[in-house]
Amino acid sequence: MVKKHLKQTVLFLVILVFALIWIAPVVWSFVAATRPLSDPMGRGDVWFGHSLSLGSYVKAFSLAPFGRYYLNTFILVTMVLGVQLITVTLAAFAFTYYDFKGKKFLFTFILLQMMIPTTALLVPNFSTIRTLKIYDTILAIGIPYFGSAFGVFLLRQAFLSIPRSLVDAGIIDGCAWWQLIRHIYIPSSIPTFTAFAISSISWHWNEFLWPLIITKSDASRPLTAGLVRFTQLGEMGAQWSLLSAATMLVIFPLLIAFLIFQRKFIQGFLHSGLK
Amino acid sequence: MKQKKILPYVLIFPTFLFVSVFTVWPTLLSLSKSFFKQRLNIAKYREPVFNGLQNYSDLFHDHEFINVLYNTLIYVLGTVPLTILAAFLLAQLLNNKFKGIGYFRLAFFHPSILPMVSAATIWMFFLTPDYGLFNTSLSFLGYTGPQNWTANPNLALFAVMIIAFWKNAGYYMIFYLAGLQNLPSSIYEAAKLDGAGYFRTTFSITLPLLKRSTLFISTIAFISAFQTIDHIFVLTKGGPSGKSTVLLYYLWQTRFENLDVGKASAVTIILIVTLLAFTMSNIMLSEKKEVPRG
Repeated sequence: MVKKHLKQTVLFLVILVFALIWIAPVVWSFVAATRPLSDPMGRGDVWFGHSLSLGSYVKAFSLAPFGRYYLNTFILVTMVLGVQLITVTLAAFAFTYYDFKGKKFLFTFILLQMMIPTTALLVPNFSTIRTLKIYDTILAIGIPYFGSAFGVFLLRQAFLSIPRSLVDAGIIDGCAWWQLIRHIYIPSSIPTFTAFAISSISWHWNEFLWPLIITKSDASRPLTAGLVRFTQLGEMGAQWSLLSAATMLVIFPLLIAFLIFQRKFIQGFLHSGLK
Repeated sequence: MKQKKILPYVLIFPTFLFVSVFTVWPTLLSLSKSFFKQRLNIAKYREPVFNGLQNYSDLFHDHEFINVLYNTLIYVLGTVPLTILAAFLLAQLLNNKFKGIGYFRLAFFHPSILPMVSAATIWMFFLTPDYGLFNTSLSFLGYTGPQNWTANPNLALFAVMIIAFWKNAGYYMIFYLAGLQNLPSSIYEAAKLDGAGYFRTTFSITLPLLKRSTLFISTIAFISAFQTIDHIFVLTKGGPSGKSTVLLYYLWQTRFENLDVGKASAVTIILIVTLLAFTMSNIMLSEKKEVPRG
């Protein structure tokens, strides 16, 4: 019994040490962001300064249009998710409910998007966006993702698991196809929709390279691309509190949302994989 | 009746359209452009000129590109298996019933919520020479080597690999945790009665039962290793002297710094083929493994 207790304690300590190592970078950055601009973190400093200050945040806001970045990111993720929910639901419904010529071919064709990640296609997509004359717009950031093979795949799985009798009951009640979607397919698949929404939002909130390439003005840049403005500050040194504050501004919303909806988030991530 | 026949096509059309325009068309476009010489910063080559397989041949004879492939290989093979191993061990450790275990899981999982670019700015600060917490802790442990991780030719690639490891281990961990929690405890009790130790239990029971999780995790891990360069972009810019340039970063450089459209298209095709090879072999591997069971 003593031996078991000892083993548990050792295990606990091991986890504790690793957990502290894991959170150190974010915690340290958070701490640095709270230091007054007059007392930036420097040699020998590892913890909070003499006083807490929001000065770095205020300065970060004055150096870059964070309000605009927030709005752009918000517009981007809502726009992408909004369009995706429509395209994905319709396609998944068609693949589940109907039999038609070329069904298998079309499904495989759409799944190509899962095998060739859009990130790898940034060069040709850049020229497509130029051709469409939408360079440097929020639409340009989102449009390559308006169709989602992953979403179609995920939702089709969910739709297929709806009992046939439920659908038949709807048909007998005289539901048209859109009523079947609205009253039977969607309500029965809410967890899958939630999971898809979470993974879509966090993917597009976090994406960096594509928005950076396809936009050049602050009017269309999301948070991640806006953060680049601050990275040179870090290189010049001694601006760590500012860089940290800017970073915190980028990560706070999603981190807070995660802390509140932790279970949903994790379910969402898991859902997007193992089913 | 007629209406019914075209309805499914109409419903699929939006998805079909976006996949065509932003996945299939660009792939074909890259393929065709990869056979042309086109450089936007050289007047003579502003318009594409057919040159067959020259771009590919140039690439594979280019010492710089071979280096890029080498770095990519190191990066992918250095991060993916180790991250998956760490995820597995973490999941085992955290599949306990300590008080506050949820907070520990959170500690390991939180980096996966962050955008990679902000993970990079956080680590930029963490890795600062002299007073950065990373170096301070290392020298406390007796480390006396070079401190400027991102600017050191021998350490830059390693530094960005550490960040990927830190960011992804907790993410892959939750898939293993979910897998572990679905395993029946009766098997473990039986194994214990038979006197099987930790390694025996892990290798003969846990790992085989979690094979599906492992295959899934390795698929997403490989793809993400090839397509995430945000941290390289922020921390090393592929340097010093190309020592941390990986395939996607090289692609970006070729197109947007050197304005070499032809070469960039060839690199796009090479990247796609590499990704397809990895995904296909993973799918084949998973189906092969499924057969004896079914």
